[in-house]
Order: sequence, then structure tokens, then C-alpha cells
Amino acid sequence: MILTGAEIFIECLKREGVKTVFALPGGVVLKIFDMLHQQKDLEIILTRHEQGAGHMAEGYAKATGKAGVCLVTSGPGMTNVITALADAYMDSVPLVCFSGQVPTSLIGNDAFQEADNVGLSRPCTKYNFLVKDVNDLATTIKEAFYIATTGRPGPVLVDIPKDVSMAKTEFSYPNSVSIRGYNPTYEGNKWQIKQAAEAITKAKKPILYVGGGVVFSGASQELLELAEMTQIPVDMTLMGLGAFPGEHPLSMGMMGMHGTYQANMAVHYSDLVIAVGARFDDRVTGKVSEFCPYAKIIHIDIDPTSIRKNINVDIPIVGDCKTVLRELNQILRATVNGEQKELRKPWWDQICEWRQAHPLTYHQEKDGPIKPQQVVKQLYELTKNRDPIVSTDVGQHQMWAAQYFKLAKPNRWLTSGGLGTMGFGFPAAMGAQAAFRDRLVLCIAGDGSIQMNMQEMATAVVSKLPVKIIILNNRFHGMVRQWQDLFYEGRYASSYLDTTPDFVKLAEAYGAVGLRANKVGDLDSVLKEAMATDKPVIVDVQTYPYENCYPMIPAGGCNHEMILEDPPELKKKQSGAARVTPEDKDTVLTA
Amino acid sequence: MEHIISVTVENKFGVLSRVAGLFSGRGFNIESLSVAPTLDPSMSQMTIVTSGDERIIEQIVKQLNKLIDVIKVVDLNETESVSRETAIIKVHTKDEDRAEALRIVDIFRANVIDSTPSTYTIEVSGDPKKIEAIINLLQPLGIKELVRTGRVAVAREPIRPATVQAKKVVRE
Repeated sequence: MILTGAEIFIECLKREGVKTVFALPGGVVLKIFDMLHQQKDLEIILTRHEQGAGHMAEGYAKATGKAGVCLVTSGPGMTNVITALADAYMDSVPLVCFSGQVPTSLIGNDAFQEADNVGLSRPCTKYNFLVKDVNDLATTIKEAFYIATTGRPGPVLVDIPKDVSMAKTEFSYPNSVSIRGYNPTYEGNKWQIKQAAEAITKAKKPILYVGGGVVFSGASQELLELAEMTQIPVDMTLMGLGAFPGEHPLSMGMMGMHGTYQANMAVHYSDLVIAVGARFDDRVTGKVSEFCPYAKIIHIDIDPTSIRKNINVDIPIVGDCKTVLRELNQILRATVNGEQKELRKPWWDQICEWRQAHPLTYHQEKDGPIKPQQVVKQLYELTKNRDPIVSTDVGQHQMWAAQYFKLAKPNRWLTSGGLGTMGFGFPAAMGAQAAFRDRLVLCIAGDGSIQMNMQEMATAVVSKLPVKIIILNNRFHGMVRQWQDLFYEGRYASSYLDTTPDFVKLAEAYGAVGLRANKVGDLDSVLKEAMATDKPVIVDVQTYPYENCYPMIPAGGCNHEMILEDPPELKKKQSGAARVTPEDKDTVLTA
Repeated sequence: MEHIISVTVENKFGVLSRVAGLFSGRGFNIESLSVAPTLDPSMSQMTIVTSGDERIIEQIVKQLNKLIDVIKVVDLNETESVSRETAIIKVHTKDEDRAEALRIVDIFRANVIDSTPSTYTIEVSGDPKKIEAIINLLQPLGIKELVRTGRVAVAREPIRPATVQAKKVVRE
């Protein structure tokens, strides 16, 4: 079968099981778009900005576990998608990004809309290809999907020059790939697993520390078995939320900078930390030299470079979380008995004490301004039976969502962890909605970050992706303001955003639905109305502007030294501030 | 501590920048890097001289292994190895210095590979200390130009008992 490069591209995508492509056209990819236009198997979602396309593909990938696909043009198309690639690289999201390139004869000539796509994306992709010959195209695409989805997943870029998409060749799709420099390890070392099992049986104060690796490896079931069998409490990282049921009695909630008190205390005082699919990020460890000082550490991860990168590990196990946990459980089934429960009773007593001493708290006055935590809590109560997918942007609202929205299952949580990309949430939610048209998809956003990819509302309306956006509108870059309050003597340098735009009108301008909640009393009815709409919705919730997110471990601090509430001088200041109308810019700035 | 790392990579465009980008992006140090194709033209051999504590070297080796175009990584400090570096040194020589220059060349078993009435171009191979030593001696004469290849290294082959081979010969 003789096909053009563009047709080969489509055939390959079909064979990889791709259903949806998030794309924005341009000069050098026109041939591919022309062919996409003439077929029915792949759905094209036309985005308004390439960054949106990238994040949508990420959302799609996180919700489905399959590779997300986006297609962009050369030059600015490529540079626009870089943020999404970097985000996917940090958070190990399987992504295949296709970029157009100027014809091979012009590469290097500073042609119109030329950029060194491979060079630009090298540090933020797992691998990238420049296809110089149409005969290599099918093999390259096969390899791209293979690399993106195996081992530790990640983004892969395939750069296709215009003449390659026009050229013709005989099409044949390879059945398998073998790359001699790439052989991810799935099976853990048996001896090491045995050592781990022994340590787990003996430990008096063990804790599981689980990350996004558990989600991507599909190891939630194995994790649940391990935790229940051994009665070990489970700390989740931001990326690991959903890997373990949030309402389970063994769940300690999120750990790290804004993690729960019990989660951080438990990891600090434990004698055995079992890290699964996590990478000891600085937002989790705090001060590295004093991270879990009393513990032996078991580290299970598919990426050997994650092990001993930040923290010395006693029992490293390189392998796939699911495979390793399954083997570990098998050994433990034979060795775990009633003794461990007895052995760990003091540990559980201690944990219960921590839990009771400092649960997550906030104070919602009946007639006072809406507290952001209250919004997340009500949203959770209202929607939890519908098994929603939840995306967030980055900042205070993200941390509150992580604390109060207790996810029951994996692949429901779309958030930007490593790179911390504001503007991620809305397009990611759209990507998930495109994969699951009849599911409820929520996007919890801040008034700052939602504006970073607001243009995608046009895509949501046109492509009928009825994402429900809940903006916790505090008229600030809230997390920046919190740091300024705590560490910069309350000087709000470039963190006040004022009251523009009017999000309700903005939604309406796009043809979406806009709703607003000004009082606590409004919340329930407004949220219900939003959930009942079949269009994209923005719910603009006017929240108390000075609420801070606690617990908080200051950057570089120790995990057991959390700030649990506003320091007294800040409290005093804010009791005055609460009464000013935030619409009055001058009052806010001098408050 | 200094480590010599031998890296077998795909002989494709862009591989060198992936390796170099890894070092610069993660703040690892490269003292020298040399690269050329192997007997199998689809592969290249890199010799990277780097330094760092045990943890950094472990990360360098792991990160190199993680690169998809990298086929094999060997930290030569973990075995016996031999390494060599070549330098080509162009020395300015006045009449009265020419004999001295040749004497130094002789002592270091170096070669004069080009000569003009006022210069000698000298080629010398050896370990870095030897190269440093000859440079130090030639400097007073006036070095016009100096190029060094960076180190190349291979692991020493383990010594097998010679008797095994001898027996074979007898049979033949």
C-alpha cells in the first residue's frame, strides 16, 4: 500500500488505538490536517493555543492511563507546547507530541516559522525524533508510543518536516520494537524484595509513602492489599492522591509542604518508610538532612535514577510498582500474623493522638465571607457519589482541593505537581472530558491561574466538553500572598489581581454558563445548578481573600515543624482586613 | 574524586548533545570528553572524565544509562584500566633552544611531527601527568599553540593463565 507521510501518520495513530488528537494547524502540517479532515476514526479537538493542546493531552493521559496525543505546527506552535512537555516530563505523563517542521531542504536556514524543535524539547522530553525520511516514519511513530508508555512514562516528540508528510512510500507497520539502549526493569530483585518483607514484618512504626508511580502502574489494588494486610498507614504525595482511597481508615491524607499533620508527623517519627512510586521531592522531604531521621527506607521505583538521588536508601528495589508489590504481598501473606498488630499498637495510638490533636481545620462563620475550604468540602459532598474526575491549577486552591477532596480511586486526579504549571487545570479537565464524555469533570481553579489558559473556553464550548470550573476567587495570587504575609512582612508585591474580569460575563461571552456565589448560603444551590448543566460552566465563588493554607512546612523546614495557623500578628491584622470590601483596591493594598 | 566513564552510544546525530546536555542540565562536571566511532560503525565510544563524590558519580552513571541512545556505561574506576591522552604542542624555538627542545622530546619519547626554522611541532602521548610535565619543560621555550585530545581509556583484560593457550599449541 503506497501512502503519503500524512496518511501513514493517521494509519499509525489508529493502530496505536488513538481516538482523540488535540491539535492546532499551521503551514507545515497542513497536509496532515487535510488528511485528518477526510477521515472519521480520529477525533480532532481544535484548541485555541498549543499549550492548551499539550495540557489536554496530559489530562487525557492521566485519566485514561494511555498516551495522550497532540499535534502542533513548527516554530511558535512548538515553542508554545514546551510548557506542557516540561510538565509531562516532571510528572511522568505518557504523551506523544507531533510537531511540524520546515521542509528538510530548508532546515537550518532560518526559514519562516522554523525552530530547532528537537533541540528545544531535548531537556523536557523522555526522547525526541526528527524524521528525515518518510520510510522511517512508521517505525519512528511506533517507537515514540513505545517509549512514552513503557518504563517510567514521559513525553516524546516526533518532528515531521513538511516534505516528509507529503512524500509517498510503501506502508507497513512494525509489530514490535526493540531499542538496544532502552530496556526498562519491571521485575524487582527477589532478594531485595525478601529483605523488604522482613523489614516490614519487624517494623514497629512503619509508614507507606506512595506517589504517582502507583497510579501509572495501576498498582492501587496491590497497595490496598499490602496496607490492609499489614495495617500500615498510608501517606500520599500530591501526585499519589487517589492511589489509595482517601476515606479509608488507613489513609493519612497528603504529606509534604501542605500535607496533614498526622501524615507529616508519622513520616518523621517512623522507623520504616516504604516509598512506592515516589521520588523524594523537596516539597515532600523538606530539609533533606533531617527527613525521617529514625527510619530505614525501602524505595520501590521503576526509574533507577530516582533511587538515592535525594535520599540515601537502605533497601532499593528497581521495578514496576505493581509487579513488586504483588511479589511483596505474596511473601507477606505467609509471614504476617497477629503479632504485628500487637507490636504496632503504640504506633497507632500515637497516630490517633496526632489525628485528634490537629485535624484539618478552618473556621466558616455563618454570615461571614466564604472560606475556600468550605467550597471544596461542599463540592466534594455534593459530587462524591458521581465519581468525578478533578483537575486543579496550581496554588492555594490546589492544596485545599488536595486536602479536602478525598478521592476514592486512581486516575481521577489531574494536577501539575513537579513543574507547578498554572493554567494546567482547565485544559487537562477538557482532555479528560474528551476521553470520558459522560463523566463529571470538575476543575477547581484560582482566579489567577484560570486566566492562563482561559482561551480554551472557546474549545470547550465548540467541542462540547462540559467541564465544571469552580473558581475560588480571592482576587489574589493566593499562594504568593500567603508567602508575602508570612515571609515578606505583608508587602503584596504584584500579587493583587483586582476584580477583573467578571467571570460570569466572560463565560457568557464564550457561550458557556456563568454562575456566582457571594455568600455561604448561595453555595449549595449554585453548585447544584452548575452540576445540572450540560454546558461548560464557570462558578465564580467570591472567597475570603486572606485565608492561608495550613499546615505548612516552610521551604527547607523539617517535616515535624509545621506552621498550623496564622501567627498572632497576622491574625490581628486580618481580623481588620476581613471587614474591608476587597473591591476597594486601596484598602486591600494597605490592609 | 576523578572518574573515567566509558560510554557506548548510538552513532547518530544529536547523541553528543544529549550527553553534554545531561551534564550541563544537572550540574555535573566534564573535565574531558572524547568520542569516535567503534569497529561497529553504528556505535560510538565516548570517554568522559568527570569528578564528584560517590553519590554524584552514581547519579551520572544512572542518568547516562537512562538516556535511550546510551547502550552501555562503565565506570572505569571500578576496574583496572589504562588511559592515554595525546597532545600536539607547537613550540617557538630560537637557534640556541632547538637542541634543548629535541632533548626534551627524546626524554619523553615524544615525536617531532613538523618543523620550521623557528618552530617544532611535537606530538606526545601518555597519562595526563606526563603531558603536564612536558608542557612545563617546554613552556620556558615558548609554546605557541597547544591542543589535547582528552583522555581515552579501556578496562584492562583480566590475565588468564598462559598454560591454557600453550596446551592448545601442543595439540596442533
